Order: sequence, then structure tokens, then C-alpha cells
Amino acid sequence: MHRANRYFVTLVSAALLPAVFGTKAARAQANGSTNNIPGALPGIHLVSPVAAGQWTMPAGDYANTRYSPLDKINTGNVQNLHIAATMSTGIPHGHEGQPLVVNNTIYMVTPFPNNLIAYDITKPGMPQKWIFHPEPDNRAVGVACCDVVNRGASYADGKIIYNTLDDHTVAVDANTGHRVWETQVGDVKLGETTTMAPIVVRNMIFTGISGGELGVRGRLVALDLKSGKISWIAYSTGPDQDTRIGSGFKAFYPKDQGSDQGTKSWTPDQWKVGGGAVWGWISYDPELNLIYYGTGNAGVWNADMRPGDNRWSCTIWARDPETGMAKWAYQVVPHDSWDYDEIMENVLLDMPWKGQMRKLLLHPGRTGFVFVLDRETGEVLSAEKFEPINWANSYNLQTGQPDINKDKRTHFGRYATHICPSSTGAKDFIPSAFSPRTGMLYIPAHNTCMDYEGVAVNYIAGTPYLGASVRMYPGEGGYQGELVAWDVAKAKKAWSIKERELPVYSGVLATGGDLVFYGTMDGWFRAADAHSGKVLWQVKTASGIVGDPITFLGPDGKQYVAIYSGVGGWMGAAALPDVSTDDPYAALGVVGTMKQIKGMTQPGDLLYVFSF
Amino acid sequence: MYSASKRLTVFCLCLGSLACNAAPVLRVCADPNNLPYSDLQEKGFENRLATMIAGDLGMQVVYTWFPQRGSFFRKTLDAGKCDVVMGVPSGMRGIDTTAPYYRSGYVFVSRRDRNLNIASLDDPRLHQLRIGIHNLGDTDREAPPVHALTSRGIVSNLVGYNIFGSNLDETDPSSDLIKAVEKGEVDLALVWGPIAGYFARSSPVPLVVLPIEGDSSDPTLPLSFDIAAGVRKEDDMLKQQLDVELQRRRTEIQQLLVSYGIPQLSLPQARTAGY
Repeated sequence: MHRANRYFVTLVSAALLPAVFGTKAARAQANGSTNNIPGALPGIHLVSPVAAGQWTMPAGDYANTRYSPLDKINTGNVQNLHIAATMSTGIPHGHEGQPLVVNNTIYMVTPFPNNLIAYDITKPGMPQKWIFHPEPDNRAVGVACCDVVNRGASYADGKIIYNTLDDHTVAVDANTGHRVWETQVGDVKLGETTTMAPIVVRNMIFTGISGGELGVRGRLVALDLKSGKISWIAYSTGPDQDTRIGSGFKAFYPKDQGSDQGTKSWTPDQWKVGGGAVWGWISYDPELNLIYYGTGNAGVWNADMRPGDNRWSCTIWARDPETGMAKWAYQVVPHDSWDYDEIMENVLLDMPWKGQMRKLLLHPGRTGFVFVLDRETGEVLSAEKFEPINWANSYNLQTGQPDINKDKRTHFGRYATHICPSSTGAKDFIPSAFSPRTGMLYIPAHNTCMDYEGVAVNYIAGTPYLGASVRMYPGEGGYQGELVAWDVAKAKKAWSIKERELPVYSGVLATGGDLVFYGTMDGWFRAADAHSGKVLWQVKTASGIVGDPITFLGPDGKQYVAIYSGVGGWMGAAALPDVSTDDPYAALGVVGTMKQIKGMTQPGDLLYVFSF
Repeated sequence: MYSASKRLTVFCLCLGSLACNAAPVLRVCADPNNLPYSDLQEKGFENRLATMIAGDLGMQVVYTWFPQRGSFFRKTLDAGKCDVVMGVPSGMRGIDTTAPYYRSGYVFVSRRDRNLNIASLDDPRLHQLRIGIHNLGDTDREAPPVHALTSRGIVSNLVGYNIFGSNLDETDPSSDLIKAVEKGEVDLALVWGPIAGYFARSSPVPLVVLPIEGDSSDPTLPLSFDIAAGVRKEDDMLKQQLDVELQRRRTEIQQLLVSYGIPQLSLPQARTAGY
């Protein structure tokens, strides 16, 4: 049945081809106008149009499935893929995020200084059309914690919208490459940066602020698409007025209820530098008209200095896009002691859950659990481990509370060993993908544990202190990373592809050709069979892959797959020249777990485009 | 004159002439806004120490300026952009340190007219007073005596001042905490000695600086630290040169520290190389 579906879709595509690419209306259709996915499992309903020829927003679609029904590249022919074009940015830093493809143009945002480059895919070799230089403030480089990355742009209303590292959201005319407007949404002087990809819903843009050592008050900012003016700001901490909680708010769990939890769950005044940075991904449900995103850890205070649950750090939010008023919130990790930012993607879909159709939100957490929530209410339907972790045993679905292992909490002077996951998490922000044809969520996962080995003398701003010396290493099983295929309905792992040496630090793409594409930190770009996990094709690119693959149709009707190759980012920092691998505690402890990376990859700056 | 260290770069200012007048350099990694230690105008005592030592060695000081926040060592010394950090705690992980040239400790700072005279972490008044501390900018960074307070349940009356300041444009951000004592925003501050001593001296309001007595509930908790110069692990030659200089000039260095108001504790007698 499966093969017949594919044949049918291919036949239909072939028949439509001349019509589809002749007209503007057809281009709009290729922009993902359908919700009915060929070959989808019974009952699975995707809630936003998927990327079926263009790639106009970071995750391809609002629901963050990173799924495309394109199937010209499929399990039968993927081994014939070869390089169609390569482009370089000239900036050897982490190339996170993904390009856009709109109107036969590839749009790429580079790492700092965040240039926007447009490539013409109608011409051989996809030459550069123009390059836009925003010229952001260099001081942002000194403030950014984890390499000078950028996670991409959105296209809307003839404009490419993205953030520069120095807290500006900029709109660039997609045809001419000229700036339309630019708005400052944060302040480098206060230690704020913006690395995330904004999304656009109707006439609203949403973006968030990344934290820093100066103690940043995390928040989500909404801007007007036409003018760039700020419409509202939803802070992650503070009184209900700041966090935009009002009469329409109902947290599902009693632990998250009550007024002004964003101040009351802190010792006085600490919420003012409370963290809750917003630097991950934003999803949108066009049917419920709600946006979803998660917040980061509880900021710069040592956990012992901020008793209380520290709301709303490590929280998943549902908000009305027009007003920003919260519908519900669920704090995933109360009183975080491990740096478990929960800014991961929230993948939206409807499917049968225990016999009943439910509106789901899938959140593969930093914490190592796949959370399945009802996205109407914030109820946790399931929380199962996707990596061998031990900071908590389980989540109580009645109370929403994690059952935390007390001996994995770390206090100054009393240090725990073998805490899994390490603070890099069982998964970082790098996004997963969902295939409605397999019902699986493909998760780029890490298997890293950490020992707090006691204290080491350290020094900051002319002040000595005892820093926790953290050593990270592969967890049980001896592998450092894996691509996990998670069967959503069964709430368990179906298969995985293990990486011995390095975490999987790239995003995933799932396609109608029943392929999943992802990359490794030492530069392999792979296609695996989405059902079985068998690796069908791989190519060694020039540098480690920390970006997210996309797929699109060219004007020639061919299907293309594209991926950045350029290692960096937090875990990839060890590969950058200015990090010594002699110090296992460097780069926030990450280097110890990655000391072999310098022998396995060098920095790079490429975009690879593959086709037949 | 020339250091045999592989890492020292020799600048050659040859403007068309055949003979280069190449001055050897001492490449120092320093914070451009961190008095009393250093600033861009080289008014800090570490700047003066670098100039003193370089002068003896016939070298010119060349600075790599970088704020001493989380990525400082990684981006300066480790990256090979400069070769010495003039002040680091002895035995700091990841770098090699000379023998220490001073020892200081965490102190309590208060207004003289309050007559608090608090020096012990066991003083019961600590539970009631508003105590200012430096927040070190990351959940894993905490001054050891702050831990002593939190372990005594003294948490909600702690007031944090981010050591990097509230704004990157601020000069002397670490002095915010001392100014808070002057203004009465806090009753007492718990600060690292050199920062307290230097800024307290120039306070318009008389301030008292008292070393914190050991933590009775955890005698092993370090409240004082030896400070040395730090170089990369393989840079033995430079370390030895610096050791010789720090010993030779110990009297002048003492005078320099006293002139900056650095509160000092006595260093242990043993001063062998490789301490």
C-alpha cells in the first residue's frame, strides 16, 4: 500500500508538473497549501501547510514538523544524489539554522555579521544575486555566549525577516536586497543578544531575546510586519502584567496556578534578573490561533540563592498571537539546578491518543523526556525518556511534577556524579522532524552525562571563586549521540542510528520520499530510510554540520536538498581555533566531551545543495 | 633580553630601512575596565606591575584587551593572542601560575557610622541585615563566603550586584556594590578584598573593611586566595622570567599594592618555583 501511494503521488506530480511551474498560482501551491498529506497514517492530521516546494519559514511550516511531502528523492533513488551547487559565506563559525527558498531564490543568513545573501536558482551554479550587510554592533560578539550563530529567517509580504546578533530585527526586500525597516528589540549593553529565527503570523512577527552574564530578563517580542514597530512584549518573569497573564489564562496544573507566580516563586527581586531567555523555536497552530514556545533556565543566580520554583523559567507557553495574552503555561523543570533550558521545538499535530483524537504538542526536552501535551490545555499526556537519564525518574501526569532524584541535585560543596543528561541536555535546540507517514518523531539526541567533580579555583572580573568543575562524557552504552526515531503513539524508541564519538547536533528533515536527512558533527550528511533507519546515502561535507536540512523544488521541477556545513555553536566551539582542548572544563565543560573534535573536523562556511 | 619562549612575538617596525629596530614585547591579556586591576588608561596596579617587569626585561608591554567574563581565558591566553595574565589565583585550572605575589581574602564592608564590626559568618545579625554581594554572572559561579551564608539559611536578605555591572558602558562596574554600602542600599557588603580596599578608600563616606573569619561550619572553605601571574602551560621560560622578577621586585610590589589599598594576608613562607 505504501509503495502504491508513492507511485500515485509521483504520477500526480508528473502530470501536474508543466502546469505547476508555469504560473504564479502554481508557485503558491508549491508553497504548501495542502493539509492532506499523501500516505499519512490514519488519523494523523497536520495543522499547518507543509513545505511542498518552497521553504518560507524556519521549520518549513508553522507546526514545526520539518516535513515535506516532496518525494522525487526517495528510498529508491537517493543513492544517486550529488552536489548541484555549493556556496560559501567566508565566515568560519557555527552555521546553525537553515536557508529559505522563495520564488526561485535561496536566502541565507550568515553567522555574525549576519549578512543576508540571495542566490538565483534559475541559473547554473546558483550564483549570488545580491548581499545585504546589516553591519551590526561588534560588541555583540563579546556578549554572545555560544559562538556567533544565527538560526535563520522567515519570509512574508515580500520581505525576509531575521535578527542580527546585536538585538535588531531587520526586514529586507526579498527582490532588491534593500533594508525596509529595522527595529531594536534588546540591548547589547545589557548583555542581550538575538540568535533565534523569528516567525511571522499574518501581520505579526515574533522573536525572543537570548540571555547573558549580565542577568537578562528573557522575553518574547511581537512586532508589526509592515512598520516593524513593537506591539507587545511578554516577559518570562515578573508580575502577571509583565508575563501577560490575565483572566483568560488557565494553567492545567495547580502547581502553575495562582496570580503573580512570576514573582512569588522567587526570593524578592531576583525575578528581575530571572532569565527565562527565549532563544529557541516558535510554533503556531492556525486552527486554535495559538503560538507556542519555551523559555530558558533561571538566569545567573546559583540555585541555592533562588529557592522557589522560579517561574517562568523552563516553561512551555501557549499565547494568543494578537494580544500576547497567555492561554496556558506548563513549567517543565521547577527550580532548575542543571541548566536545562526548555526552549526546544514544539511540534504540533492531531492524532489519536489512547483511542481519542487529541490536539497534541510534542516537545523532545533538554531533560531527556519526550513530552506529549494536549496543546489546548497544557495537560501532559505522556513523558517518556528518549535517552538513559537519571536526574528524574518520571513525571507525575496528575501533578505535572518531575520525580527528581535528590542525589542528582548539586549544591555547592556537595557535588553529584554521573548526572544524566549533562547541562548540554539529551537534546539541545537543534530541531527534530515528524513524518506523518511513519508517525515518528526523529530526534537528534545526545547521550552525555556529567560529573561535578568538586571545585576548581577560577577567576572572573578580578574575583576568585570556586567553580564547579564539570566533566562531561558519554553515558551508558558508550555512544555520544544518536538519531532517535520515536514512535509517538507507542511512546517509545523504534530505532536509532548511533554516533560513537560525537553528539548529533544537526536538525532533521523528514520527507514524503520516506527519507530522513540529518548531519553529524564531523561532517557526514546522511539520508536514512524513515521506516527502518537504514542509512541509504551519505556524503562527507567539508565541516561539521550544526544546521538543519531543507528541501525544495527548482524551476526545473527537480527536488533539491540543502544543508549548511560549518561547525561551531556551543558544543561545536571545541572545533574552533581559539578553544584549547587541553582544558576539559573549557567552554562550560563541553570541551572534555568533545576533545577529539579538532581531529575530526575544522571550521567551515558552506551551503551544500544536492540533487540528481 | 629576548625570551626564548616560542610564543613571544617580535615586532619589526621596518619602514623601508634594512636594519630593523625590533623591541621585544610582553603581551599582556587584560580587562579594559576592571580597576583596581587594569583599565584602558593603564591606571590599574596590574598595568603598573606589567610595566615594571617589562622595563626590567627590556620589553614593551602590548595589551590584548578583553573583558574578563566567561570566555576571557579561552579567547585571549588560550588563543595565543597574548602570553600573560597579571593576576590569577594560584593553581587556577588550565593555566600555569608563578609563585604568588600577594594573598588577599573576602571582606565585609560597612559604613563606619553604623558601628557594625561584623567579621564572623556566625554573627546572628547577618540574618537580619541587607547584605550586598557580587553576582558573578552564572549559576555555577558563587563566591565561597556566599555559600557559607546560604548554607546558614541567609538567602532572602541577600541583594545581588552583577559584577559586570548593569550596563556594559559603566566604568568600574564592580564598584556598584561599594557605592551601595555608601548610599545605605545595603547594610553590609561581602566583597573580594582588592575590589573592596581600592573603592572603599575613595568613598566620600568612611567605610570599614574587615577580613571575614573562617567558616566555622566548614573550615576547609577557602575565603582567601593567593594571587600569581598566569601563563599557558607550555610557557615555562616566560614563567621563570616572571618568577625571578616577582621575587626581585617584591618590595616595590608590596608598596604598589599598599598604595592601591589592597588588603593583604601573609603569604606562606615557602616560595619555590612551581608552587
